[in-house]
Amino acid sequence: MNPVTGSAREIARAVNARTASAAEIAEVLIPHAERVDAQLNAYLELTPELMRAHAKRVEERVAAGESLPLAGVPVAIKDNMCLEGTHTTAGSKILNGFVAPYTATAVQRLLAAGALPVGKTNLDEFAMGSSGENSAYGLTRNPYDTDRVPGGSSAGSAAAVAGFEATISLGSDTGGSIREPAAFCNVVGFKPTYGRVSRYGLIAFASSLDQIGPFARTVEDAALTYDVIAGKDPLDATSVDRAVEPAADGLREDLRGVRIGIVTEFALDKLDPASRACYETAYADLERLGAELVEVSLPTAEYGLATYYLIAPAECSSNLARFDGVRYGLRADAPDVNEMYERTRAAGFGPEVKRRILIGTYALSSGYYDAYYLKAQKARTRIAEDFARAFERCDAIVSPAASSPAFRFNAKSDPVTMYLMDYYTIPGSLAGLPSLSVPCGAALPEDGTRPMPMGLQMTTPLFTERALLGYAHAYERATLHAEKIMPLTMDAESSMMLRTPTGNLA
Amino acid sequence: MGTDPGLGRANSVRIMPTDRIDIRHVARLARLALTDAEIATFGPQLGSLMSHVDALAQLDTQNVPATAQVVPSRNVQRDDAIRPETILSREAALANAPQVQGPYFRVPRIIAEEG
Repeated sequence: MNPVTGSAREIARAVNARTASAAEIAEVLIPHAERVDAQLNAYLELTPELMRAHAKRVEERVAAGESLPLAGVPVAIKDNMCLEGTHTTAGSKILNGFVAPYTATAVQRLLAAGALPVGKTNLDEFAMGSSGENSAYGLTRNPYDTDRVPGGSSAGSAAAVAGFEATISLGSDTGGSIREPAAFCNVVGFKPTYGRVSRYGLIAFASSLDQIGPFARTVEDAALTYDVIAGKDPLDATSVDRAVEPAADGLREDLRGVRIGIVTEFALDKLDPASRACYETAYADLERLGAELVEVSLPTAEYGLATYYLIAPAECSSNLARFDGVRYGLRADAPDVNEMYERTRAAGFGPEVKRRILIGTYALSSGYYDAYYLKAQKARTRIAEDFARAFERCDAIVSPAASSPAFRFNAKSDPVTMYLMDYYTIPGSLAGLPSLSVPCGAALPEDGTRPMPMGLQMTTPLFTERALLGYAHAYERATLHAEKIMPLTMDAESSMMLRTPTGNLA
Repeated sequence: MGTDPGLGRANSVRIMPTDRIDIRHVARLARLALTDAEIATFGPQLGSLMSHVDALAQLDTQNVPATAQVVPSRNVQRDDAIRPETILSREAALANAPQVQGPYFRVPRIIAEEG
């Protein structure tokens, strides 16, 4: 077992069996993460002292006879989730210096399961973006080509796992913010059903869509993490009170008897030829594994973007009203309170957040509510109905996870062009469905010299996480795409580590 | 039920995308001070986005109920009891405040002086 490259399953098994120590894992991971992060900037804050303290606690618990599902597993946390005593900025200047006074439920559950917090990861400001470029704290780079974006908004959480700076991480997905960066970074990214994972301690963006989920280098590790974080939380009234079917054990190895839907409206000829070839191969592989491919139609999916770009900004404009310079965060000086609000928010928010607040405020303003917000909520009903109809004919729907491989920094300066990246992820988000991206190969970008990772999106009916992870596992184990390419940040020293047995690392 | 408002009102006035949204008014509602440069940039960008959004008018939503949240849910009530683990101490609650005075958040003047 190698603390840097090992899977969460392997690490937890070794720590529980006391053939590896959590403290040793922390001492190997910390310098590695520091070195790699000089290139990637995946982390806004590393928390080595906290990691060591948790490692000590894990060792005590294991020594006392406990067996912990994530014993000694290094985890990275997206910086829109609170972890008591650490800075939590949501990638925004308006929260510069904010120290979380409590811990988010999903994070708390990971720590209670024995995970070790490596640090807080970079993101598009308030999780609004598809490239990571909207952070107020600098760019995170793609480990497979540092001139390219890692995707967003969970930019750092995807890059940290891809760059072996953590074994697993937490992200949040509102319209694709876990699945798109996972596709760009050659990792698994999983958004559970809306309400499956508590949002307590997650800084809200669009409350009817936001959902926390894991990144991992294998489907099994994503399932292991999901099993720990899922379930009802009395501190989040919207978390669903429904038994969680554990997903990590008994993941399937084939797709015999599974009907997989290919969406007519997501025709692959919209993609560049290299990406298209990748997905054609992926669909053929699914069939080879025993799945029956069926064509399904989502006629309203094309309205997904328009619907999303009313609902998400409307909810964001309401949620972000709390950043007013009174109780926490930045405050600009002003002679009266109204001017203080206006100047504080002007100085604290970046351009994308301002745009979305303006769109949302406009869409909710007097005289426009029915035409925009209410209309979008009705469109949302139709989109969800389309999925329900499609699932009468298939067990899972597959599609590309993103509209292209990772693009270069500053390549998409027009907001609408950027929004189109989430074309495939948004409809499932509006329907609240569990959905993931699993590596499906690499394609040479039209402006590139190095093949970049691609992700296959799989989506299943509400609350069928176990089935979904099973399908993804069968595909992953049969194709092993993630293992075929290596990040550039896997330098000589790290590669050496790959070949060295654990015992020689210390 | 009944007639769907569609995008009737928004579509009834034909104006250039750049002046479609009164950015200054919306920014005031959002308590957001904008520079002239921001108004010049955001105006066309928001106009362009709203033009894309207009495509929704073509989707028939007559007699379609609105979805506020996709997962079946009902109102959640809890016992009217104190849960100590969720209570922040006064010190913790004030720790991130930009300005405090004693046990209070301090803010600029809210009510104008007379005269």
